[in-house]
Amino acid sequence: MIREYQTVTGIAGPLIIADQIEGAKFDEVVDIELPGGEIRTGKILEVEGDKAMIQVFEGTVGLDIKSTKIRLKGRGLEINVSPDMLGRVFSGLGKPIDGAPQIIPIKKLDINGAPINPAARDYPNDFIQTGISSIDGLNTLSRGQKLPIFSGSGLPHSRIAAQIARQAMVLRGEEKFAVVFGAMGITFEEAEFFMANFKQTGAIENAVLYVNLANDPAIERIATPRVALTAAEYIAFELGMHVLVILTDMTNYCESLREVSAARKEVPGRRGYPGYLYTDLATIYERAGRLKDKNGSITMIPILTMPDDDKTHPIPDLTGYITEGQIILDRGLDRKKIYPPIDPLPSLSRLRDKAIGEGKTREDQPHVANQIFAAYARGREVRELLVVLGESSLSDVDRQYLKFAEQFENQFLSQGENENRTIYDTLDLAWELLMILPREELKRIKDDMYEKYAVVSQSNHAKKS
Amino acid sequence: MSTGKIIKVAGPLVVAEGVPNARMADVINVGAKGLIGEIIELKGDFASIQVYEETAGIGVGDPVVSTGRSLSVELGPGLLASIYDGIQRPLNELLKASGNFIERGISVNALDRKKKWDFVPKAKVGDKVATGDILGTVQETSLVEHRIMVPTGIKGTVEEIKKGSFTVTQPIAKISGKEIPMLQRWPVRKPRPFATKLPVTEPLVTGQRIIDTLFTIAKGGAACIPGPFGSGKTVVQHQLAKWADADVIIFIGCGERGNEMTDVLIEFPELKDPKTNKSLMERTVLIANTSNMPIAAREASIYTGSAIAEYYRDMGYNVSLSADSTSRWAEALREMSGRLEEMPGEEGYPAYLGTRLAGFYERAGYGVCLGSDQRKGSFTIIGSVSPPGGDLSEPVVQNTLRIAKVFWGLDYALAHKRHFPAINWLLSYSLYLNNLEDYFKNSVADDWSKLRNEAMRLLSEEAELEEIVRLVGLDALSGREQLIMFVTKSIREDFLYQSAFDPVDQYSTLKKQASLLRVIITLYKESLKALEAGVELEKLKELKVISQISRARLIPEEKAQEELAAIEEALKEEINILKGAV
Repeated sequence: MIREYQTVTGIAGPLIIADQIEGAKFDEVVDIELPGGEIRTGKILEVEGDKAMIQVFEGTVGLDIKSTKIRLKGRGLEINVSPDMLGRVFSGLGKPIDGAPQIIPIKKLDINGAPINPAARDYPNDFIQTGISSIDGLNTLSRGQKLPIFSGSGLPHSRIAAQIARQAMVLRGEEKFAVVFGAMGITFEEAEFFMANFKQTGAIENAVLYVNLANDPAIERIATPRVALTAAEYIAFELGMHVLVILTDMTNYCESLREVSAARKEVPGRRGYPGYLYTDLATIYERAGRLKDKNGSITMIPILTMPDDDKTHPIPDLTGYITEGQIILDRGLDRKKIYPPIDPLPSLSRLRDKAIGEGKTREDQPHVANQIFAAYARGREVRELLVVLGESSLSDVDRQYLKFAEQFENQFLSQGENENRTIYDTLDLAWELLMILPREELKRIKDDMYEKYAVVSQSNHAKKS
Repeated sequence: MSTGKIIKVAGPLVVAEGVPNARMADVINVGAKGLIGEIIELKGDFASIQVYEETAGIGVGDPVVSTGRSLSVELGPGLLASIYDGIQRPLNELLKASGNFIERGISVNALDRKKKWDFVPKAKVGDKVATGDILGTVQETSLVEHRIMVPTGIKGTVEEIKKGSFTVTQPIAKISGKEIPMLQRWPVRKPRPFATKLPVTEPLVTGQRIIDTLFTIAKGGAACIPGPFGSGKTVVQHQLAKWADADVIIFIGCGERGNEMTDVLIEFPELKDPKTNKSLMERTVLIANTSNMPIAAREASIYTGSAIAEYYRDMGYNVSLSADSTSRWAEALREMSGRLEEMPGEEGYPAYLGTRLAGFYERAGYGVCLGSDQRKGSFTIIGSVSPPGGDLSEPVVQNTLRIAKVFWGLDYALAHKRHFPAINWLLSYSLYLNNLEDYFKNSVADDWSKLRNEAMRLLSEEAELEEIVRLVGLDALSGREQLIMFVTKSIREDFLYQSAFDPVDQYSTLKKQASLLRVIITLYKESLKALEAGVELEKLKELKVISQISRARLIPEEKAQEELAAIEEALKEEINILKGAV
């Protein structure tokens, strides 16, 4: 039985308040019919007595108090899923926008999902080769990991995400890959860039796109990542594919959340964001992972632009507390025309140590990576010292570190947008660069590793120079 | 049975009217599915209920029933090696009941009702017993003997005591007409009492050099680890849970990552206790309420863990509890407080944040347990804090510092340089050092506190010298000052730096720690003498023994004493030769 009410008593921002409603459930979906017959989707945020507070995904423009009709649907927000989703483009609420007809659902799934039982999870320790040295070599991505890109406005995060989506592969065997792309409030150009990229490489066949553009209703964005992840869970855990989920831009998502929170007159936390931002983000990010008894996996790369490049802003800050590391883009490197401008020092992959080394990539990687971090950090310190004290104050070792830092940035960090380096290329390159420094400085490298790999690199190095 | 009716639903908060026999903190079943909730406010006929499960689909008019019991844990054999959610539902059972994703309204017993345990009586018929006296034992795991104690409030004569295999609900004894099963219940929010609380006297040995040597935690103490994300809080917590010399470990993943809990779940059963060579899981209870699980249960998880910890402490064990992270717990408090429309304190946290934190950390302690045998037990709490933006002035850190006596301040700059554990030696402190001095002197090394103090002095001097170097360069320093810079580099890189992933380096015994530090301090003292005798600093920096020192932390434990003593001798000899050449 569907009940219809015409009892709206208030409209404020993205919310409407309705009276005399019977049997409304928390988190239930409602249809909202405008005088002209247009139907919008809403969700109940709070029920008290016979009052219900409803959030309207498409915004409240054009709604009036007298003639707006509300129909309770008696269920949560659901999307249709089927294997035919692959290759299709949908709106941020999961309606097709590519001109093709509705998909025939095999199942309807609630977009909120349910939390994965920690005891059912399998640990993400399968190395994913992205072909980008600074990620593979130093801040490795694992299958089932959630690794966000912290970017700033004007930095090439989209190009990096597209490159990862194109090149990502595992070292052993052929596996079925799919990409789920959730766009929240990005520009038409950005969305077009991804679509063109997916089409060009044929990746579109195994991709599902959920697109909410900058001029689409802002509140719809609150549903978009959940819709995308529900689709991803279906593809991963029921169709058994390895899904890479790209969510861009999480900052827009958080702003929509703040808008609703402000309209509800909630006590704000930092910078006006609601106090439950952490929990809310966690319900999105934590949907990445692997399950012990399923083949598929969900690997997530959320992208967010840090307002004013500030990492302590609530959005990157809370994200960093939930995700397993972060890839940070640096404006200074970008200015030097280094692509991808990933600063390896503040970047981090928490799952790296379990995904690399013997049996995973190559035995020397943990040591090499640590040594590169230490050496590059020292090189950057020397560079700062140089600015303050001048060149004459540098010792010989300092100069070697300086040289290392330069070459590291130009050869290791920098690579082409279509250059796909294997992990072995990346590691050999790292050894070659470490040869700039004297043996005593390479404290993180044990003798046996040095004997085995450095000697080879030294001769390569000599040949090149 | 009469029921109450829901009049309001807002996220995890439900308000109901006319709940029969509603009492503060009683557990409530909400809606047709019977979701679990707890009363947190009563006003007239209205009860505010925080619900431990997702409330989607709950509406006005749905029924509410009180169970008449406050939120309690089940205590008895079978706790160890379990993994629970925040309200003590075993996750493995939930997995069987609802599959990979946690569905709602499932109720499962915390302790297996079918499993039989071999009960060995210790008390005899006719014994006069009171609360806390040991009735008998059960070998719960190969590492821990579970002592069945007389439950609170029971006193009298043992009329009957059994021997053999029993489930947790079958009676194993009869005391003054009352049948006693192994299973007991305890309300989580109420601390279990000590007979007498005592000052701490022993360190909790963790095998982590910077912690044991510089900022020691005592058995029965409370420590806090604040740090921004990516500074290695979780790795430190895991190291402590793995290596701390406690008998029982409670690890609470409170609002943290699901994959981290999986890591613990997969790794702990494989890790071996260094002393007994048994699986570490056999002494561990895990409580996992990951960030995407309902927040009200996150609030409860800390208390659930504490009650279990105190139960093992009462048996006379040393228990260590790690909570990662208390910030997420405080956020759960904040969210519920906001929904109750309470007046917010600092940064939106409720005004009672400080009291609640104090109440939690004060449950730690060392003392004489209830029971006539005067056994002693300890309960250590290690809480990590995740301050937003790494800002230590925020309310959760500040309120925690007022209570916790050990502070391990994690430093982003150190993590940046991949110096782990990234505990900043200038910021951190331990207020237990005086209490523990005798222990170290008698059990480890005579010169322990001298070595420690000398290392701390050098490190703080280095910080001052670094300022000067930054302004005018290294050449402006005197020979002695340059020597300090050289030696502190060794302290930092060869002593404080410790790899959590190297099989040898991840754990150092106290004796190895002392010897290693002694070598470095000797390097300083001897070099200083040589410098005064006219030896050039450059020559001292080129000593052959330096490279041995830099690899000394990797010497396996069984050879450590011998090799470190040899290094110390070689060092003195080499310096003497230099002095002779002047």
